[in-house]
Amino acid sequence: MNRISPRLLGFAPALLFLIVLTVFGLQSHRFLEPRNLTNILVQASSTGIVAVGMTFVLVTAGVDLSVGAIMFVAAALAGKAVLAGFSMPVVLLEMLITGSVLGAINAFLTTRARVAPFIVTLAMLFVGRGLGLWITQTRAMNLPDGFLRLGSARWFGLPLPAWLFAVVLISGHLILTRTPFGRQVFAIGHSREAATRAGIRTGSNLAAVYLISGLCAALAAMVSLGQLGAVSPKFGEGKEFAAIAAAVLGGTSLFGGRGGVLPGTLLGTLLIQTIENGLVVINANPYLYPMVTSTVIFIAVLLESLRNRSPAR
Amino acid sequence: MTSPLLEFYGIEKAFFGVKVLKGVSLAMGRQAALGLVGENGAGKSTLMNILSGNLAPDAGVIRFDGGAFSPKSPADATRHGIAFIHQELNLFPNLTIAENLFLTSFPRMRSMPFIDRNLTYSRTRHWLLEVGLSASPDRLVGSLSAGERQLVEIAKALSIDARLVIFDEPTTSLSAREIDHLFALIGRLRARGIGMIYISHVLAEVFRLCADIVVLRDGEVAASGPAESFSLEKLVSHMIGRAVTQAFPERTSAPSNAPLLEVRNLRQAGEISEISFTLHRGEVLGLAGLMGAGRSELARTLFGLDACSQGTVAIEGKELHRWRPRDLVGQGVAFLTEDRQAEGLCLDAAVSENLVLASLREHGRGLLRWIDVTSLGGAVARVRGTVSLDPKTRDSQPVRSLSGGNQQKVVLGKWLLQRPRVLLLDEPTRGIDVGAKFEIYRLIRELAENGAGILLIASELEELIGLCDRILVMRSGEIVDELARPEFDRTRIMRSALGVLEREDV
Repeated sequence: MNRISPRLLGFAPALLFLIVLTVFGLQSHRFLEPRNLTNILVQASSTGIVAVGMTFVLVTAGVDLSVGAIMFVAAALAGKAVLAGFSMPVVLLEMLITGSVLGAINAFLTTRARVAPFIVTLAMLFVGRGLGLWITQTRAMNLPDGFLRLGSARWFGLPLPAWLFAVVLISGHLILTRTPFGRQVFAIGHSREAATRAGIRTGSNLAAVYLISGLCAALAAMVSLGQLGAVSPKFGEGKEFAAIAAAVLGGTSLFGGRGGVLPGTLLGTLLIQTIENGLVVINANPYLYPMVTSTVIFIAVLLESLRNRSPAR
Repeated sequence: MTSPLLEFYGIEKAFFGVKVLKGVSLAMGRQAALGLVGENGAGKSTLMNILSGNLAPDAGVIRFDGGAFSPKSPADATRHGIAFIHQELNLFPNLTIAENLFLTSFPRMRSMPFIDRNLTYSRTRHWLLEVGLSASPDRLVGSLSAGERQLVEIAKALSIDARLVIFDEPTTSLSAREIDHLFALIGRLRARGIGMIYISHVLAEVFRLCADIVVLRDGEVAASGPAESFSLEKLVSHMIGRAVTQAFPERTSAPSNAPLLEVRNLRQAGEISEISFTLHRGEVLGLAGLMGAGRSELARTLFGLDACSQGTVAIEGKELHRWRPRDLVGQGVAFLTEDRQAEGLCLDAAVSENLVLASLREHGRGLLRWIDVTSLGGAVARVRGTVSLDPKTRDSQPVRSLSGGNQQKVVLGKWLLQRPRVLLLDEPTRGIDVGAKFEIYRLIRELAENGAGILLIASELEELIGLCDRILVMRSGEIVDELARPEFDRTRIMRSALGVLEREDV
């Protein structure tokens, strides 16, 4: 294994992506058609947006397990509001507020009460799912066409969700790489203690990170609502793991201090979505989907960890 | 010297009830270069950590630049113009040079939240030029050598407009060329009117760089004055001081000549090289040396904790083929690490649980190895007596709530339950009170009397001289001197550890 050069391993996700595209492209000519590729992008956008927020959290060496639950609560409240006759902008605003409030609670508990992020956000996961079920009375809620129309509307040929994904990606990238806050987040991820010693206000920076993650979850909930047009009791379930997988696949370290949104998280998200889409296109046995997806994720992360296991440390 | 730049008045600091600084007072002038020397544990680092806002003093006053000064945080000290260049550099390897310099003070683009990269880079280039480091500002710090990182730290000090720079052992990981470069740079800093405190075990460096020298010993100022007023000889004797007479338990029997642990050509890249020695049955063998001389690394390598070690180790003539901690434990080797809280104890587990942790297997009964609680309880009760753990502590009490001395006794007790033949003890009395220290001395002696071999690492020379049958002196990862009991000589040990002899010969 030592023969593989670290440089090559660095391109592992991109390489895997190319392999996956080629394999499916050879299996079915429909796969590489622009329509299908756009489809992949749209299907990926909800998970991708969550994954951008997750990247922020992971870079600080934290984790946010509550994103799927936050999506559910935001969507459930949105459903109620729509059915009660509120206008679309008000409902969208309400979703953003829900996301930031729940994110702020995560932020408060991790930075002020100093509870481990894993515990805080796991608790938020259960609380959020319970809250969502309570709001929806565990029934699926069908929404009026407004959301679906928003989800399928196109702008310059690309569907709105893809645009939103692009905006989140680019802002995330700029914040992480070009703002003092972003660079400090990386410093905190390397060592919180050293960051404090360097004079960084670690508390407020960490809080901001969980707020961003909550906001991204709310945005992702909007996209999902636009695609599904309904809130089911399973809305947003498992999104946290898809998002973590996408970010890690894109080279963001679970131990903090390393990673990025562009191209990392974008690539990771697209890779997962492409595999799922490809399996559908070639009519694979649906029971195989999770196994194939997780195998590819495992291989990518394995290669990544090989790259980091330098002998000299 | 109109008004001094920095003054300490009666600074006191205690850890776990042990006084590390006992009223230190000293002053340094503007643009002065002060050398701060002393043995390990003399209080140098503690004093500097107080000055740089990492620690708060228990008593005393600091005046800096004419005003009272009590930094609440490292950032606070930085704002006042004090830069501390640590032994362990405080840089972020995952960020670029420029980002490390301006992490909390990035120049921003006008009316935009973004970093002005051009301005950041041009300023960084300016400071890098100043310290003579030719590297691109967007180079990751992780890809720089130790010497280059140090230059980045100095550039950082310059960029915050520091008026006082503290260097803590800056040359330990530098090459000769890098050291020359560093010294030239330090000269330029002084020419700019920046004050400097220089901490080093390499006394030749202190003489070369510093105008004034302060010697700390046991948390007190032992001597101070202009560098010319000290000879190397005198400096060393001030550092050692007169022995604080401590009662060490009497040795009643002599160590045998039977080799117990034989180490041949043990080496570990970058840490220790070609270490060979023999530990006899019933012998207490001391390892003396300065911090970073490779003593702990030797113990860790011996115990199989650091990978990639080479050489041979034999226990009672039986050569070891596998080299993992559990093989050594199987051979009756016990290792008491330097950092008992992080490596030796499960702090939140109970006293009894910690005690039996390493010997649980012995209390398994039957096919499924169910734990025999009665025999376990008996073992705990016996070993508590052996290590004389404070009778007031309950078995169920979490170890975290114990004093340092009792915590150390728990670690020792854990290993004693294994009935070890060889004990590697790394700083067994660090940070514990005098009474507990004495009990640990007694225990070390008893173990040796009963035939165990003990390798003792201690920074306090007194301890080594009081307890050991033989002392090996280490410097830069090698054994440079060996002394047997009758010929123990503090000065010789210190000089060997410092490398003073050779320097004079050159």
